[in-house]
Amino acid sequence: MRLFEFSVCARTLPTAPKDWKRPITGLNRALAAAFRPIPLRGALLPLALTAALVLSGCGELPMTIMEPAGDNARQTLDLFIILLIGSGIILVGVEGWIIYALIAYRRRAGNDGIPPQTHGNNTLEAVWTAIPAAIVIALAVLTIRTIMVQAAEPGPDALRVNVYGNQWWWEFEYPEYGVTTANEIYLVVDREAALTLQSEDVIHGFWIPKLSGKMDVVPGRVNGFKFTPEVVGAYEGQCTEFCGWAHADMRIKTHVVTQAQFDDWVAIQTRDATAEQQESEGARLMVSKTCNACHAIRGTIIQGQEGPELTAFGIRTVIGSNLVPNTPENLRAWIQNPEQIKPGVLMPALGLTDAETDTIATFLEGLR
Amino acid sequence: MAVLTGAHAGAAHADHALPTEEYGLWAWITTVDHKRIAKLYLFTAMFFSLIGGGLALAMRTQLAVPENDLMDGGTFNQFFTMHGLIMIFLVIMPINAAFFNFVIPLQIGARDVAFPRLNALSYWIFLFGGLMFNVSWFTGGAADAGWFAYPPLSDDQYSASNGMNYYLVGLGILGTSSIMAGVNFIVTILNMRAPGMTFTRLPIFTWMSLVTQFLLVFALPPLTVAFILLLFDRTVGTTFFQATEPGGDPILWQHMFWFFGHPEVYILILPAMGMISDVIPVFARKPVFGYTAIVFSGISIGFLGFTVWAHHMFAVGMGPIANSVFAALTMLIAIPTGVKVLNWSATLWKASIQITTPMLFAVGFVAMFTIGGLSGMMHATVPVDQQHTDTYFIVAHFHYVLFGGSVMGILAGIYYWWPKMFSRPLSERLGKWHFWLTMIGFNLTFGPMHVSGNDGMPRRVYTYPADFGWELWNMLSTIGAFVTLLSAVLFAYMIFKNLASKEVGDPDPWDGHTLEWSIPTPVPVYNFAALPRVFSNRPFWDAKHPEATEIHDAGGGNGHSTAPLQMPPLFGPPDEHIHMPPPSYWPIILAGGLTLFGFGIIYFLPLAAVGVLVMIGSIFAWAKEPV
Repeated sequence: MRLFEFSVCARTLPTAPKDWKRPITGLNRALAAAFRPIPLRGALLPLALTAALVLSGCGELPMTIMEPAGDNARQTLDLFIILLIGSGIILVGVEGWIIYALIAYRRRAGNDGIPPQTHGNNTLEAVWTAIPAAIVIALAVLTIRTIMVQAAEPGPDALRVNVYGNQWWWEFEYPEYGVTTANEIYLVVDREAALTLQSEDVIHGFWIPKLSGKMDVVPGRVNGFKFTPEVVGAYEGQCTEFCGWAHADMRIKTHVVTQAQFDDWVAIQTRDATAEQQESEGARLMVSKTCNACHAIRGTIIQGQEGPELTAFGIRTVIGSNLVPNTPENLRAWIQNPEQIKPGVLMPALGLTDAETDTIATFLEGLR
Repeated sequence: MAVLTGAHAGAAHADHALPTEEYGLWAWITTVDHKRIAKLYLFTAMFFSLIGGGLALAMRTQLAVPENDLMDGGTFNQFFTMHGLIMIFLVIMPINAAFFNFVIPLQIGARDVAFPRLNALSYWIFLFGGLMFNVSWFTGGAADAGWFAYPPLSDDQYSASNGMNYYLVGLGILGTSSIMAGVNFIVTILNMRAPGMTFTRLPIFTWMSLVTQFLLVFALPPLTVAFILLLFDRTVGTTFFQATEPGGDPILWQHMFWFFGHPEVYILILPAMGMISDVIPVFARKPVFGYTAIVFSGISIGFLGFTVWAHHMFAVGMGPIANSVFAALTMLIAIPTGVKVLNWSATLWKASIQITTPMLFAVGFVAMFTIGGLSGMMHATVPVDQQHTDTYFIVAHFHYVLFGGSVMGILAGIYYWWPKMFSRPLSERLGKWHFWLTMIGFNLTFGPMHVSGNDGMPRRVYTYPADFGWELWNMLSTIGAFVTLLSAVLFAYMIFKNLASKEVGDPDPWDGHTLEWSIPTPVPVYNFAALPRVFSNRPFWDAKHPEATEIHDAGGGNGHSTAPLQMPPLFGPPDEHIHMPPPSYWPIILAGGLTLFGFGIIYFLPLAAVGVLVMIGSIFAWAKEPV
């Protein structure tokens, strides 16, 4: 969809792989025909806005709903485009009429005349009751159709992921693969993802805008939804139901990968820590400094249940619930004082020395 | 005209039987005069708007740039929670109440409301409840779970300060004030209309206010019940809204809250719709186009408002059937709303439009509310809502409805009725500056939020990362917020300047249509020296312009009679004796008792018992007062 060129930087649009077949519906074709040549580009306003965006450092819009990479997000964008066009027409009509009337029927100086005293017009009013009614019916049909498409049961081959929301991080469990991980979710391109959502404390909201609309994560309930990622890539997500102090920092990293890459990832996630790692100074420190009260690492005696799983931490790309990249400096800063990176975080600063911090960080980096 | 001025000439050198106005602080504390209570509501709400607006500016300053550390998450959470609550419950609702109080009795030709002391009680409860609610800033933190306070986040486990208790008790108290006012105005409008003022002749502002009062009376009790249940959860350990114990469900709160919350949107906007339905025809010098359609669409919005609450919950996981039903019901509201917008626009057709400040704000309402309405349709479309909900797109949407709609309409109403309320119009020259500053500031603040929301910026975040493409839009929003501040400063200056003047202006500066313009300025305590007799829905205009009038429904006419009937006089001879209710101090004491009860619930139960005793005592004393 290139309709809103000004809110999308064209040069950074994710490109679909060659084998990605985007279903071309009649509507899509019509829209594509209408907007692909971008007649808007000639207009001044979009240009000015694009310029403004570029000035503001617009490189990418990691969370825009205008660049879908999954079926739900794509179907939803199609609906949104219809709404935008329809609303645009109505808006121009109403605002245009008001401005025209204010100019054309303005009382001139010295005009004390009384205009014709029309009280109404039944035909006209019936017409403009019928028009919104017709629009509403059409829109309701389109809406309910999309609701039903998106609400279909996931197929038998779907990749099942149990998502658990916590203040303020995410746990992802792959029951069929025996994998538990945190804050970074891996999904397979062109393979349906069937997510169940559960909360360990308050209500959260799970949202990866480029893949699908959001779904709340409610304690005492198991919500489920499914979608199919359509483009390989990394996507940003975020908790969207206000969940307290660090709600703003409860982010999600999504990796949509091929099935082969996914299998490799699963292999790493299900591997026990080596004997050398189990015996290392880092593992011992994690016990003596009580890290094991919350965290768990597969194949070690570190088996806490409260906090994020740390198995295969070495291949994590981000830390602090997708707040900062997993670099050696960030990891050491985090271990020493997480509050500095993520204010409000429930993980305490344990008063570790630089040397202890480095030992633990090195141990974690080695888990890969 | 002769008849009109004659009636009031008689009133002017009235005999000693006519009541006169008392002055001084005590007179204000014990007042039961609807016009004074209106002014109390208006200025109290303006005072609270300084707090609500200040919070908004602080938040916009924090969000001006990414990764800002002006304030932390805990403070920000209190700020947005209180901003929403203050603006809804302590600003827009009471300003609407100010208009109900001032305008309704005058428009229907009554001398006061049905229950004047109950009216005073509503105000004092509102004032004390509002102040109490703000005490929580100084008692360890205000409410911080968002204005809709979803449990479990609003339970004592996750929101430990007393702020949520103040929220529940304070708003519960405010709710009683609104319910009392609702009953009072329903009775007033149903029973105290002047002779001849049938429901097809009721001014549209009064009509929309009537619908609003029914919404208040039906929507607030479920909310109050929800508040009490949550208060029990927080204080005595029940589990109505907790998932961890058997029997409870956090979603139950959402249904109860939004069953109030959606009608509340119409409680906030319908009065403004009524105001502009009165303002636009006056300055277009025409009757409103399609009176019946506008009235009936207002009524149907009121009814439909109770059937759509779950559209606030499309992402909760209600399932496709419930989502589809609530989507379709929500879309239905577009029909009466569309009818209203088109009828207002059609009123401008071949009109003689005088572009005054109230007219600018009224037309601004139509222009801005249309944008909010259209984005509302996007949210009725469930899949789109599942993308947009809880993002800045929603923030943009409801501010276009509540600021672009309610506040613009209220400003139109303030400029329009000010000359009747305070005896002289606000400055037209500065008023136009105020309008354009408001328009620019408002659109600059909330317009860019459509883009930041569409590009994925969640709401209720105290900070956001750089490089998500949100910086520019947030900076524009912040600049817009300060332009809005400028407009508010200008408005405050205009008000102070106006109130400092002693000048008394024209009692009918706009060539008004309805009865409030037919009486002298300043309005006498008893409003009408003689009660009017009404033959049309523009009684005063028709009396002033007999040459242009078809009294289209006097004597069963159908609106198309070609020969105007003889216009009967609006007023008969003035009444010799007018009885007005005496002042009373029991309303303020009763309200004080209720407030004591509230503090008692939060801190010390025996204090609540004292509060109840005070209330019972005042009720007895009240009942024994002579009227």
